[in-house]
Amino acid sequence: MQAAFAGVIFGTLTRYYLLRRDYRQYPSYPHGVITNLSLGFIAAVIGAVAIPALAEKEFTAVTFLALAATQFREVRNMEREMLLNLDNMQLVPRGQEYIEGIARVFESRNYLVMFTSLLVGGATFWGNLYYGVLIGVLAVVLTGIMMKGKTLGQIANVREGKLYFDGANLFVDNIHFMNLGSQGAKEIYLKRALGVVIEPLSDNGRATLANNGQRMAIAHDAAALLGVYRDVDTAEFMPIVRRHLDTGRAGLVIVPIEQDMEYLIEAVKRVPVLESALRLPLKTTIGRKAAD
Amino acid sequence: MNLEKYILAVITMNREKVSAGGAPIFFASDKEELEKIAVTLARITEGVIHDLENGVFILVKH
Repeated sequence: MQAAFAGVIFGTLTRYYLLRRDYRQYPSYPHGVITNLSLGFIAAVIGAVAIPALAEKEFTAVTFLALAATQFREVRNMEREMLLNLDNMQLVPRGQEYIEGIARVFESRNYLVMFTSLLVGGATFWGNLYYGVLIGVLAVVLTGIMMKGKTLGQIANVREGKLYFDGANLFVDNIHFMNLGSQGAKEIYLKRALGVVIEPLSDNGRATLANNGQRMAIAHDAAALLGVYRDVDTAEFMPIVRRHLDTGRAGLVIVPIEQDMEYLIEAVKRVPVLESALRLPLKTTIGRKAAD
Repeated sequence: MNLEKYILAVITMNREKVSAGGAPIFFASDKEELEKIAVTLARITEGVIHDLENGVFILVKH
């Protein structure tokens, strides 16, 4: 009994610890948070009772684990669908890749919770409560370290770029963005827009930055933090990220509400590198040989 | 395959540069009118104005 309780408490606390609300505005408060916490609690219960139940030769407990996994996958689908539907309503959409990332994290955190409570439950059952707590703390710290994804600042250098028009074409440094016809739009761009250049540190970063979903995530996060000077009927002020084909550098152009270059760079550096966008060609022999 | 970008309208001062096609063509008598028609149409259709740099503006839905 003690083992199960320790497991449940630790599991739920793990979920709470992993549930840091941040600038991505996700999950929404208060109901989104409650959904996440209660699913975490259920995962913790399932994880915590597994080992004590097995020790009592109650093998049906294992099937519950499998059942729970199916349930959480279902939750991930729901989460993805909801976010995709809501995405149409945003001025700067997150994009499918970002949403897939969020849904995946949502699912996997429940498994992490299950695993933590399984460990705590097991350790308390075979050892005592002190072992349980010790294992629990270790598990929480480890998940914190291991589940920390990379940010853009770790794979690329972000710096200010010079924004200018060549005829009707908008450039930042030498990256071409788009063709803009309206004189009024051009004036607003010259007056208010900010441009940054994202230089990948290696070929891995270059391949990751080529991903369109990753680029949408950059535009979304930048707009979420600095605001965006547009409404639904001004498509020309949509922040965009384009790629320089020769060098693999990417550029971001945004017309923000807050014209603060320093914090724009900081915001771009903190964009998470999406799991599904991450490419590591340098990990293969062919990639390494092709690179030199 | 589905098309995602459409030319919604063509706005020009030069009647010789365009001919009847899929999109409606609006003729303007001066640059000011050209800009004004283009911006108005862009707001209505939520399109983006592009300049072909030969006196022809097109409105594209992205």
